[in-house]
Amino acid sequence: MREIDRRSRVSRRSFLHASATVLPAAAAAATGLGISAEAAWAQEAKTLKPATMATLVLMARDIFPHDHIGDVFYIKAVMPYDAKAGSDPASRALIEEGVARLDADAMDRHQVAYLAVPWEQQRVEILRGVELTPFFRKIRGDLVVSLYNQKDLWAKFGYEGSSADKGGYIHRGFDDINWLPQS
Amino acid sequence: MANFDQNDDSVVVIVGSGAGGGTLGNELAQKGIKVVILEAGARVENQDFINDEWASFVQLAWKDTRTTSGTWRVHQDFPNLPAWIVKAVGGSTVHWAGASLRFQEHEFKTRTTYGALPGANLLDWPITLAELEPYYTKAEDKMGVTRTNNIPGLPGNNNFKVLEAGAKKIGYKEVHTGRMAINSEPRDGRGSCQQIGFCFQGCKSGAKWSTLYTEIPKGEATGKLEVRPNAMAVKIEHDASGKVTGVVYMDGSGALQRQKARVVAVAGNSLESPRLLLNSASAMFPDGLANSSGQVGRNYMRHMTGSVYGVFERPVHMYRGTTMAGIVRDEAKMDPSRGFVGGYELETLSLGLPFMAAFLDPGAWGRSFTSALDDYANMAGMWIVGEDMARETNRVTLDPVVKDKNGMPVASVHFDDHPNDVAMRQHAYQQGAAIYDAVGAVRTFPTPPYPSTHNLGTNRMSEKPRDGVLNKYGQTHDVKNLFVSDGSQFTSGAACNPTLTIVSLAIRQADTISGMMSRGEI
Ligand SMILES: Cc1cc2nc3c(=O)[nH]c(=O)nc-3n(C[C@H](O)[C@H](O)[C@H](O)COP(=O)(O)OP(=O)(O)OC[C@H]3O[C@@H](n4cnc5c(N)ncnc54)[C@H](O)[C@@H]3O)c2cc1C
Ligand code: SF4
Repeated sequence: MREIDRRSRVSRRSFLHASATVLPAAAAAATGLGISAEAAWAQEAKTLKPATMATLVLMARDIFPHDHIGDVFYIKAVMPYDAKAGSDPASRALIEEGVARLDADAMDRHQVAYLAVPWEQQRVEILRGVELTPFFRKIRGDLVVSLYNQKDLWAKFGYEGSSADKGGYIHRGFDDINWLPQS
Repeated sequence: MANFDQNDDSVVVIVGSGAGGGTLGNELAQKGIKVVILEAGARVENQDFINDEWASFVQLAWKDTRTTSGTWRVHQDFPNLPAWIVKAVGGSTVHWAGASLRFQEHEFKTRTTYGALPGANLLDWPITLAELEPYYTKAEDKMGVTRTNNIPGLPGNNNFKVLEAGAKKIGYKEVHTGRMAINSEPRDGRGSCQQIGFCFQGCKSGAKWSTLYTEIPKGEATGKLEVRPNAMAVKIEHDASGKVTGVVYMDGSGALQRQKARVVAVAGNSLESPRLLLNSASAMFPDGLANSSGQVGRNYMRHMTGSVYGVFERPVHMYRGTTMAGIVRDEAKMDPSRGFVGGYELETLSLGLPFMAAFLDPGAWGRSFTSALDDYANMAGMWIVGEDMARETNRVTLDPVVKDKNGMPVASVHFDDHPNDVAMRQHAYQQGAAIYDAVGAVRTFPTPPYPSTHNLGTNRMSEKPRDGVLNKYGQTHDVKNLFVSDGSQFTSGAACNPTLTIVSLAIRQADTISGMMSRGEI
C-alpha cells in the first residue's frame, strides 16, 4: 500500500520561507534548540515576557506531547499570544497570571520555575492542578486548532490533507490495504 | 431565473434550501407553482469548496450563536455549538455524507411497538411505511441512491475493508458499502465519485447529491423558482383570520424585508424551524405560531450516536475515499433482548487530523490522548446511528437572554439522554470494538457524540392536534396555509440517517400543496 513519508518535509530553508509571515525570523532559528527564555524567538516577544513565551511552549508540549514533532511547531502554535496580548490587556493578564501561577506551584513543589522542572511527569502534575482554570482551558482549547491545524505537521501523522487537487484517491490508494486477514 | 415581486402574494415562500426546502422548491416549480426560497446563508458553488476541515467549517457551517443545557456531553464540550449543520444554499446537504436508508415498518409505530416507555414521549406517525413507499422510490431515483434502481454500490475503501472484515468475522451478515446518494457511475449530468474523501466539506466533483447543484438549478431552470441567499427569516406574519400572509426577513445588507406569500413552508432544520415559529408569536398565537399543542420545539431527537476508532499495527489511511460508504445493518432490528428498544447502524466514518484532534475526546490532553493521534494513519473509524427516544423535555426554546443581531432570541437546546439511549450506546460501543478486535486492533476507543448532525422532531407530525404540530402532510394543525418541510416533522427518528425520508416527505408534500392550491383550499 502507498504509505506516507513521515519525515519532516519542512527543511530549514522551506520553513524559513513558508513561515516568514507567521514567525519572526529569529524564531525559525529555534529549530533544534531547547525551549528557553534566552532563545531568540522568546526574546523577540514584544508584550509577553520571554520567560512567559518559553513557559507557554513547554506547557504546550506537556499538554499535547508528540515526540516526533519538533519544538518549532509548538512555538508556532503559541507565538500569536504575544500579538494578542499586545492588543488585549485582558488576555495579557490571563496569560501572565496563569504562567505566574504555574511558576508558583512549581516553586512550592520543586523549588524551581515551571521551565526548570526536569521531568514531564512532574510538570503534568502541576498542570493537573490547574486544569480547571480559565487559563489552562484557554491554552488547551486554542492548541487543538493552533497546533493540529498546521499543514506542515499533517504528513508527520500520516494525514495527506487536500485531495481534490490531486484527483482524489481513486488512483492514489483509497483501497490499497493489503494486510487484512483473509476470511 | 425568476425574480418575484415582494408584494406578489401568490407565491409559496419556503424558508431554507436544504434537504427539505430545496427539494420542495424544485418539486413545486416543476408543477408550475411560483416559489421563493429564503436562505439565511450564502451561495457557495462546488468549485469554491475547500478540502480543509476548519477552513470549510468557517465557509459553510452555521456559526450563529445558540445555547445549550442538559446532561448531554455536547453541552459541556461545545456549549454554543449544539449542532454541526450548514448555513448556505443547499443546507446540510452540502455537508452530508450521502447515506440514504428507508425506515423500517415498525419505526413508524414506536408507541405501539416499544410501548409506553417511562420518561419518553413516543407516538406513532400518522403515516405508514406503505404510504411513504412510492415516495421513497421517487426519492431514491432523484438522488441516485446506490443499490436501488440498478445502480451499483460504491467500491469499498480501506476503512470499509477493515469494517467489513471485522464485522464478518464476528458473524454480521448485512455488511456492504451502503445505499449512498453518491454516483458510483455518471448519472443525472453528474460524474462518478473520485474518492476525494472530503464528503463533509462539500463534494467538489458533484458526485454526491446536494440540493445546491441538483434540485435548485433544476427548479430555477423552470423560471418558477427564485432562491434568495443571505435572507434570514425572522418572523412569519398572519392576518386576522389566522392565515399566514408573508415572511419578514433580513437581507444581506442588514435591512428588513417582507415577502408576501400564499403559502409558507418552514424548512430551516430542527433548531431554527421551531425557533422561527416561537419567534412569530402574536396576540392571536401567544405561545408561538402553530403551537396550540405546546409541542413546538419539544421531542428534539439527535440520534443515539458516538464513534468507535480502532488502531492497528499497520496503516489504514481511513480518510482516503468516500467518508461513509460502509455499513453494518444487523443491529438495526428490533430485539429488546439486547436491553433496549430500537436499533442502530454502524457506518464507516473518518475525520481528518484537525477534526480528529477536536472530536476524539474534547477536553482531553496528555499522553493517553496524543498517543492515539500518533497512530492516526493506522486508525479505522465507525459512527453509530441509533434510534433515540423522543422526550418532551428535550427541546428547543427561545433563550431568555441571548439575542441575535435582529434582536430575536436565539435557539436554546436542552437534551438529556434517555436510559434507553445510554444502554444502546453501551451495546454499540462494545460491538464496534469487537469488530476491530476481530481483525487485530491493538487499541480501540469509543468517542463521545459530536455536535448534532441529525436534528429531528421539534415540530412533529401527529394524528391528533394535541399530540403534535403537524398533520400527516406536514401541514400545521393550527394554520392551514403553513407547512413544515424539514426533519423537524419526524415523529420518531428510526435507526437510520434521516435525509432520504426528509426528501421523500418533501416530494409528497409538493403533491399535497399543489393539490390543495388547485382546489382552492389554501
Ligand atoms: C457532516 C454531516 C453529515 C451528514 N451525513 C448524512 C448522511 O450520510 N445521511 C443522512 O441522511 N443525513 C446526513 N446528514 C444530515 C442531513 O444533512 C440533514 O438531515 C438534512 O440536510 C436536514 O435537512 P433539513 O431540510 O431539515 O435542513 P438543512 O438541510 O440543514 O437545511 C436548512 C437550511 O435552512 C436555512 N435556514 C435556517 N433558518 C433559516 C431562516 N430563519 N431563514 C432562512 N434560512 C434559514 C439554513 O441555513 C439551511 O441552509 C449529515 C449532516 C452533517 C452535518
Ligand atoms: S469521496 Fe466521492 S462523494 Fe465524497 S467528496 Fe469525494 S467525490 Fe464527492
